[in-house]
Amino acid sequence: MAEPRLAPGTPVRVRVGFPTTHCRTPFFLRGATGIVEAFVGVFHDPEKLAYHKPGLPGRALYRVRFDHLGPDGAPTGDEVIADIYDHWLEASR
Amino acid sequence: MTPHDGHGHDHHGHHHDHAPIEEHEAPPGAFQHLERAVRELLIEKGVLTAEQISRQIDVMESRSPALGARVVAKAWADPAFRDALRADARAAVGMMGIAIPDLPRLVALENAPGLHNLVVCTLCSCYPRMLLGIPPAWYKSAPYRSRAVRDPRGVLAEFGVTLPAGTRIRVSDSTADLRFLVVPERPAGTEGWSEDQLGALVTRDSMIGTGLALPP
Repeated sequence: MAEPRLAPGTPVRVRVGFPTTHCRTPFFLRGATGIVEAFVGVFHDPEKLAYHKPGLPGRALYRVRFDHLGPDGAPTGDEVIADIYDHWLEASR
Repeated sequence: MTPHDGHGHDHHGHHHDHAPIEEHEAPPGAFQHLERAVRELLIEKGVLTAEQISRQIDVMESRSPALGARVVAKAWADPAFRDALRADARAAVGMMGIAIPDLPRLVALENAPGLHNLVVCTLCSCYPRMLLGIPPAWYKSAPYRSRAVRDPRGVLAEFGVTLPAGTRIRVSDSTADLRFLVVPERPAGTEGWSEDQLGALVTRDSMIGTGLALPP
């Protein structure tokens, strides 16, 4: 089991990338900044499982909380939480 | 009515009577062909048996929102179970005799005064089938999947849900290996109710977050 790289409360940015292959990172969150809510565990890599590979090494998975933004781009007070794999997350300042 | 009209009517009636059958006998679409081809190949090559496929269909059809409602009612009525559900939802429902697979992992999201949970899968249609059965068609639709994260309040309003002022909405996007069951707030005026009575107030939508538990 990989040690979780990101502690709860860590600000992170979702990597902006557009692979043409399978991935589980929603488009609407790419480039978005959020806060790590929790480390979930290490799971087989869905980007490999999709192509009948064993999905190893596993990927750490985090619950990441994002502010919900209104049409004007300002936070509404609501929030979106998505589960994002480690290699899609960069430290944010 | 002239003979001609009568004929026209009979012909119309004949056509109408058979329309539903014709629908069922319509040529299968591409996905039906694909499903049948893959299923038959899996059976021919000995990967799966027809019995295993039938059994799995039976298992899926045995799952319905009534299972989730039992879980929610127990969480309302039994604080020890509620704590167990928070700690490990799969183990907790397992104690109720509801067997669910190890993966994807199950997480219970509890509503509270000032907090309302809403579940969506923006990427596809991930859903806690092990407790709620087959998802409703709207849950899989592009409008719900895109708007639940963009305009959650607007979506809730369309479902007839009005939240008290100051309530924060937390949308959980089922992007990966977790599946979510919303535990709605227990309605006021249900003190002392049995789990069976409480379960009747728990709707499917209240466990997705597009509804609230019914008033007593």
